[in-house]
Amino acid sequence: MHPHLKPGPLPLSMQLAPGNKLKHFLTVEGLPYQLLHDIMDRAEQFVTLPAKQQKKAPLLRGKTVMNLFFENSTRTRVTFEIAAQRLGADVINLDIRTSSTAKGETLLDTVRNLEAMNADMFVVRHEHAGTAQFIARYSAPHISVLNAGDGRHAHPTQAMLDMFTIRQKKGAFEPLKVAIVGDVLHSRVARSQIHALTTLLTGEVRVIGPKTLIPANIERMGVKIFHDMDEGLRDVDVVIMLRLQRERMAGALLPSEREFAKLYGLNEQRLELTKPDSIVMHPGPINRGVEIDTEVADGVRSVILEQVTNGIAVRMAVMAMIMGGSAA
Amino acid sequence: MKNLIIQQARVLDPNSRTDQIANVYIQEGKIAAIGDQSTVLENFQDAEKVNAAGLWLMPGAIDLAAWLREPGLDHKASLASETRAAVASGVTTLCYQPEPATTIDNSAAVNLIRKINQGLQLANVEVIGNMTFKLEGKRLCNIGGLRRVGCVGVTNGWQPFESLNVMRRAMEYTSTHDLTVFMYPLEHGLAAGGVMHEGEVSTRLGLPAIPAAAETVAVAQIIALMELTGSRVHFCRLSAAGSVRLIRQAKRDGLAVTADVAAHQLYLTERNVLDFDPLCHVRPPLRAQADRDALLQGLSDGTIDAICSDHQPHELDAKLAPFQQTEPGISSLETLVPLTLRLAEDGVLPLLQALRKITFNPARIIGSNAGCIAIGAPADLVLLKPDVLWDFTLETMLSQGKNTPFAGWSFNGQVRRTFLAGRTVYQAPEAN
Repeated sequence: MHPHLKPGPLPLSMQLAPGNKLKHFLTVEGLPYQLLHDIMDRAEQFVTLPAKQQKKAPLLRGKTVMNLFFENSTRTRVTFEIAAQRLGADVINLDIRTSSTAKGETLLDTVRNLEAMNADMFVVRHEHAGTAQFIARYSAPHISVLNAGDGRHAHPTQAMLDMFTIRQKKGAFEPLKVAIVGDVLHSRVARSQIHALTTLLTGEVRVIGPKTLIPANIERMGVKIFHDMDEGLRDVDVVIMLRLQRERMAGALLPSEREFAKLYGLNEQRLELTKPDSIVMHPGPINRGVEIDTEVADGVRSVILEQVTNGIAVRMAVMAMIMGGSAA
Repeated sequence: MKNLIIQQARVLDPNSRTDQIANVYIQEGKIAAIGDQSTVLENFQDAEKVNAAGLWLMPGAIDLAAWLREPGLDHKASLASETRAAVASGVTTLCYQPEPATTIDNSAAVNLIRKINQGLQLANVEVIGNMTFKLEGKRLCNIGGLRRVGCVGVTNGWQPFESLNVMRRAMEYTSTHDLTVFMYPLEHGLAAGGVMHEGEVSTRLGLPAIPAAAETVAVAQIIALMELTGSRVHFCRLSAAGSVRLIRQAKRDGLAVTADVAAHQLYLTERNVLDFDPLCHVRPPLRAQADRDALLQGLSDGTIDAICSDHQPHELDAKLAPFQQTEPGISSLETLVPLTLRLAEDGVLPLLQALRKITFNPARIIGSNAGCIAIGAPADLVLLKPDVLWDFTLETMLSQGKNTPFAGWSFNGQVRRTFLAGRTVYQAPEAN
């Protein structure tokens, strides 16, 4: 048996090369406090640096980034694509659902073949938890893997762009109360946000939702659970709304969108319960009138579109830190 | 066949609670006498003598569940590869577990397995038959016929019954033939697509999960149906604390119930699934620490009668995928005896009680007269060298399936020689 092919996990610690340098970016869990700030500092540089100047320092020139999207997501894919291109990399988009795996090729074979085409980085989105870690475990040593969402497990760049946005607006995390609202059970974004917020020593992290959408023992991740929206929103500095998928009604997790909107939807009246200077976030795409009212989504407290813009800078930061050597 | 004397071993027989240095005399594949040096038996003057001073002699282990894969899934394992692995690790009887690709619907299927095994003659292979046709949970198999050809029980494995009514009738019909029903307790509706225990770790990993209640609900249903049908049930692979409680109560109520646990459930928990280790993808899933504690308590107080391997050898590819897409199961045959001995070493169970869980108790469950060192019993015996530390490795593993999370573990006590009906079927290469 080839030793490389022994089945087994990739320990989380293997995201980091010696000297705490990022090798892969699979999950926020287990990453050091300082590294999260380093990512945000780097993103800050990209936000303040004019686009023209960035082109003079193409940190990823000659590198090939392959976007492996086994699950549909135009928006996330595009932000990764822009980030890689701004850094000077060649970007190849593969819509895998319609190609190899549909023909019965195993995931491992697909990865091996792409590796042979001189890829340097895989950006992976997959419907199953642990896929990015699996690909990192079995890829050639020179390849880095960036997780763009795996099942319900993790979406680390989304969490980091959210942290970056919070830091821009609020400064320090220690005094903050942050509430994450809605379908936490199915949300990889929520899990990554919780790891990031607790690592950054956020004062209090809350999750709010009906029992059917709050996963077992989540308090062990360092959050407070609220089933009453009004109670949970009281005095928070940041409200993060999660997207509600329509399938949840079929799974008997919720009676109706209407009841959910009534009990857990964010409207202007509820927003009054939060701190006067609170901000409202959403990883998108939003369901207006379900988890969030239009007045709030488009209101002065909403930073939803800034999140999208920051997404490019944060993804550039992570790619640059993985592949571009030391800080600029 | 020449008569045999195994001399001066420490004889360990859980049934008679024997623990003493003795000679064991074997004639025509059966134990003829057990005695001290002065015992003189006729016909043993020319007998082959095995000097076993310093070694332990125990009954060969009886494994209630081995997924032997052949015929139908030969790329995973074969009777040849697995019976060889069995005897090298101290297991002399394997119970063949049917699965959808290798169903035991009729006497021909039973005879085929017998015939394959007769060509090998390394270990006994007992067959558990199908309860329903193709394990589809709809129509009954010819359970009377399966009994006539010697099936030691029937099961529907992890496949669901179409309705509780089919389950009821299948249990009822089986009890007509005085056969034991091997039930795998799982309420499929509650398990819905889950791949690990619902708890802290599944929440962290975002994996679809199976609550402990998926098992306990089924245990409660089956107990209610036992009361209705009067059938004899063996519960397979308990994993949840609640199941142990229910079965403890059922035993107090006098129901004809027995239960087993897979050895790996006694050592691993949900935490071993971190970070997405496919080698710990197993069914029932590895559960919480409190469940593990309850299983150990259940073994100790007699609620759980037997420890089995639940051996599920796989080809490499079956485990080379993201966690959810891997096939469940551990290649666990060769760790059954070592892990059981370790229970005694760790002080969880006294040595004889630990051995009883893999010898006499499972023998009773399948109605076998093996599993003990007694006059007239088949000489299925294992000589073990105590106080030798050895490493379990993929390289020395004999099973065709290398899917084990125990590679690299150290164990104390090593099998030196295995006898099947008095014949040596395994002898360790002389070390030192």
